[in-house]
Amino acid sequence: MSEKKAKIARQFIAAIPHANALEMKIDEVFAGRATMSLPYNKKFVGDSATGVLHGGVITALLDTAMGTAVVSHPQCMGGTATIDLRIDYMRGATPGQRITAKAECYRVTRSVAFVRATAFDEGEAPVASAAGAFTVEGAKP
Amino acid sequence: MKKPESVQVIKQRRDAALAQIAEDVPYIQFIGATFERRGDELTAILPYSNHLVGNPMLPALHGGVVGAFLEIAAQIELAWQIHWPQFEAGATGPKAIPKTIDFTIDYLRSGLPRDAYARAVVNRSGRRYASVHVEAWQDNRSKLFAQATGHFLMPPPHE
Repeated sequence: MSEKKAKIARQFIAAIPHANALEMKIDEVFAGRATMSLPYNKKFVGDSATGVLHGGVITALLDTAMGTAVVSHPQCMGGTATIDLRIDYMRGATPGQRITAKAECYRVTRSVAFVRATAFDEGEAPVASAAGAFTVEGAKP
Repeated sequence: MKKPESVQVIKQRRDAALAQIAEDVPYIQFIGATFERRGDELTAILPYSNHLVGNPMLPALHGGVVGAFLEIAAQIELAWQIHWPQFEAGATGPKAIPKTIDFTIDYLRSGLPRDAYARAVVNRSGRRYASVHVEAWQDNRSKLFAQATGHFLMPPPHE
């Protein structure tokens, strides 16, 4: 699977209008793990007094990276949709810095994929973390 | 007894205050969300647009967009309630926006390619923290397509 599925995942992301609007990019994808990033943009700011990105942008990046991790998992044969997503915001992302989300699909059952993810700016400390449940289509036993 | 203010004066002041809050969040303009006001009740509106799509095959709204829309609706409702007394006292200028601590989104149905609406309820608003619940629907108010609960950090008083 791996290379072929990684390629499918890249094409899959390229076809998502919202991922393009946010200029999201897949940095790495392999067997249930995905790393995706997006550039800082003044249009995505949540508080013009500070220039910090809005949580919604981080949510969109985390959700996309998590969905990509599910799609790339060896046991998943089709697409996916988010059932539930919880996001914890640890701190504001530093203005001007690129945001990177690392997602891991750590468990797949017949119907549900469990995923966790962490978002970073260019610093060491995480900006946000997420946990979610996603639908599974055509699971391999 | 003081004569009540004219309806135009009140409307103009409240609409300007709401516009000011939304203006301080550039991301609201990016996703194209707007707010409708009836007295102090707010409804967030997300007009459908191609750049909000997450699944072009269906098509369906991006899960991240749905989450972001709910977060905006919750955050602006809270900011609106926090600053309402100041607005009513005639204060103008930028106001502090509460920061999100955590946000949990429950995706009930896929977001259809049409406008979405959301209303938030502040269940508790303390000195430091607030808990806000928000519901979103499209065609039928009784058929929610997503709901969420989030905690927010209250801005310092008089900011």
